[in-house]
Amino acid sequence: MSDRAKVRVKSFQEWLEVNIWGLLIATALVLSVGGLVEIVPLFYLKNTMEHNAFPEIVWDKAGKEPIVTLDDAGKVKWNWQPGDGVRPYTALELAGRDIYQREGCYLCHSQMIRPFRDEKERYGHYSLASESMFDHPFQWGSKRTGPDLARVGGKYSDDWQRRHLYDPRSLVPESVMPSYPWLDETAADPDMSLRVFGFTLWPAGTGSRMQRHMRGMQQVGVPYTEADIAAAEFLLEGKTEMDALVAYLQVLGTMVKLDDAKAYRE
Amino acid sequence: MQASLEQKYNFDIVRWFTIMAVVYLVLGAGFGVYIASELAWPFLNFDSPYLSFGRLRPLHTNTVIFAFGGCTLMATAFYSVQRTCGVRLWSDKLARFTFWGWNAVIVLAVLTLPLGLTQSKEYAELEWPIDILIAVVWLAFTFNFIMTIAIRKSSHIYVSNWFFLGMMIMIVYLHVVNSLAIPVGLFKSYSIFSGVQDAMIQWWWGHNAVGFYLTAGFLGIMYYFVPKQAGRPVYSYRLSVIHFWALMFGYVWLGAHHLQYTALPDWTGSLGAAISLAMIIPSWGGAVNGMMTLSGAWDRLRTDYVLRFLIMALAFYAMSTFEGPVMALKSVNALSHYTDWTIGHVHSGALGWVAGISIGAIYHLMTRLYHTEMFSERLINLHFWTATIGTVIYIVAMWVSGIMQGLMWRAYDEYGTLAYTFVESVDAMHPYYAMRAVGGGLFLFGAAVMLFNVLMTVRKSVVEGRLQQARALPAMA
Repeated sequence: MSDRAKVRVKSFQEWLEVNIWGLLIATALVLSVGGLVEIVPLFYLKNTMEHNAFPEIVWDKAGKEPIVTLDDAGKVKWNWQPGDGVRPYTALELAGRDIYQREGCYLCHSQMIRPFRDEKERYGHYSLASESMFDHPFQWGSKRTGPDLARVGGKYSDDWQRRHLYDPRSLVPESVMPSYPWLDETAADPDMSLRVFGFTLWPAGTGSRMQRHMRGMQQVGVPYTEADIAAAEFLLEGKTEMDALVAYLQVLGTMVKLDDAKAYRE
Repeated sequence: MQASLEQKYNFDIVRWFTIMAVVYLVLGAGFGVYIASELAWPFLNFDSPYLSFGRLRPLHTNTVIFAFGGCTLMATAFYSVQRTCGVRLWSDKLARFTFWGWNAVIVLAVLTLPLGLTQSKEYAELEWPIDILIAVVWLAFTFNFIMTIAIRKSSHIYVSNWFFLGMMIMIVYLHVVNSLAIPVGLFKSYSIFSGVQDAMIQWWWGHNAVGFYLTAGFLGIMYYFVPKQAGRPVYSYRLSVIHFWALMFGYVWLGAHHLQYTALPDWTGSLGAAISLAMIIPSWGGAVNGMMTLSGAWDRLRTDYVLRFLIMALAFYAMSTFEGPVMALKSVNALSHYTDWTIGHVHSGALGWVAGISIGAIYHLMTRLYHTEMFSERLINLHFWTATIGTVIYIVAMWVSGIMQGLMWRAYDEYGTLAYTFVESVDAMHPYYAMRAVGGGLFLFGAAVMLFNVLMTVRKSVVEGRLQQARALPAMA
């Protein structure tokens, strides 16, 4: 630094050009403005999430009562019905969503319907922000190599979905979607723990893989009850990855019953 | 003269990054051509999880952006910061750590992505342990760069370094915030953000990975290598200052234009679109600044193949920075969003601008780093034409398919019902997907020619003993 010529600066710009720390701070400040202005308000402006004005969008028992329970006869009983409002995913649906992420489905399928006439006729009511409030991370997508899936739930039968995932071109000859035959061969919640002489070395903690995933979701604010997490045991028993993915696809867009007469967004 | 440079500066690190950049260019373009072919001929998925499109597409984007782009940025930043500051890198050890750390990230990406280990955030797919490694290596790179400027011999900090610095700071912001997640397994995590907030943060990251990593960083390359190769000073200092501050302030806002008409509040999307439109001015200012550096020496384009790459890259930069704001307009976006037009736009920037400026800079570097002429000038020319024609075929195919998709989806027949089913639009894309694969294949061929030319140049330098000579000669006083 010693033999650097001393400069008499003539402007603030020139001062920055001879002072790396000044340039560093000035640049860091200028760079932070756009993000702060666009992102921070989304966390506190009430009208970002439609359920602040229309509370019926969210299931009123979310986090208070379990989504599914077993009745006295040992049969699965739903406390939530389609249209009751947005709720967290069940263990089986969440396992399906993990597979949806793993296989990169979001790269070719969007889950975000825009408020246009053709999209309404093709896919249904435009998507609301509150509908993906429990989606960590969001799955809106950016490309429609295949159709939008935001409201695909109930559009096709379980059997159709299975056959389509197994071999798309057997049902839709023009499709360019890959086949997913391996989903049928893998358990939805395999025991991945590492045990030596009966001691679990990894991972620490109790419960199955999906139960750990649900606890992670709990930590980021998804309202799961303890019963929801316990339900993973009977919901996932004997289920394959195919079952899980189909369960996820079949719930998409069925949670809220939206009213065409209401203006949810300006 | 060159001999003293070898001892004064750390060129070893630049050589390593340069060679790896070319290797990753071939690899990344190869993955790209493969997945492009999968969309045209789906049997190529071979019913294998490890080859299916959804897992290989992140591998393609990560290899071209982080492996090829990253190695190019690190090679050129480490080279030009030493040359413009007149000092050796602040720390050789930290530079070596940056090299091995960054390549470890790439190896981990190649291993984990085909296994389906992903955060499912576009261009930020790598899982949390790799994210931590990226952060550490990136900070080592940034710190070394800043400290080298701090100990410089020159009085002023040259303009290329401003752009590199801006990129480094912004990538720290973006990578840290967008990757905040709760780990639920060794290679599984959930973003701490959800829904609309997560979408905005993702596209704040997504567009600025383009805006800073792939634009500001490569403008740093432009501001050093174009004047060097042309042998003339930058056209306008004033334009550089405006270009820099306008880009630093403005680009950050653009992410919201990826979410027009979605559940993102209207004010955010409109703000993003408005600033996107205003960004034409600084972007074109920069393109003009680079091109006019050649004023009075245009005849050099006839003989200097490297300069051709640099100037063609600036032409693509001007074109895609015009196309981008147009696509951000709400009425255009309503048509273009979700279609192949976006893919075409990205590739006119990625193949035309980013790869073009990188390739020009790498050819320039090769002769300086190996103290000899390139093995073959004619092969550079062949590379120039295959890369340019390949890029044009690619983007034309995507323009046609993208606009066609958009129009088919919204077409109504005379009875007022939708004219086409979705799968009819998929079927109509087939010829364009095949054409895209051909354009990409041509580009890949050019990249392979470059790798051959580069390796033969290294061999030539070794055979001629140029590098050993340069290293052995004592430094001049």
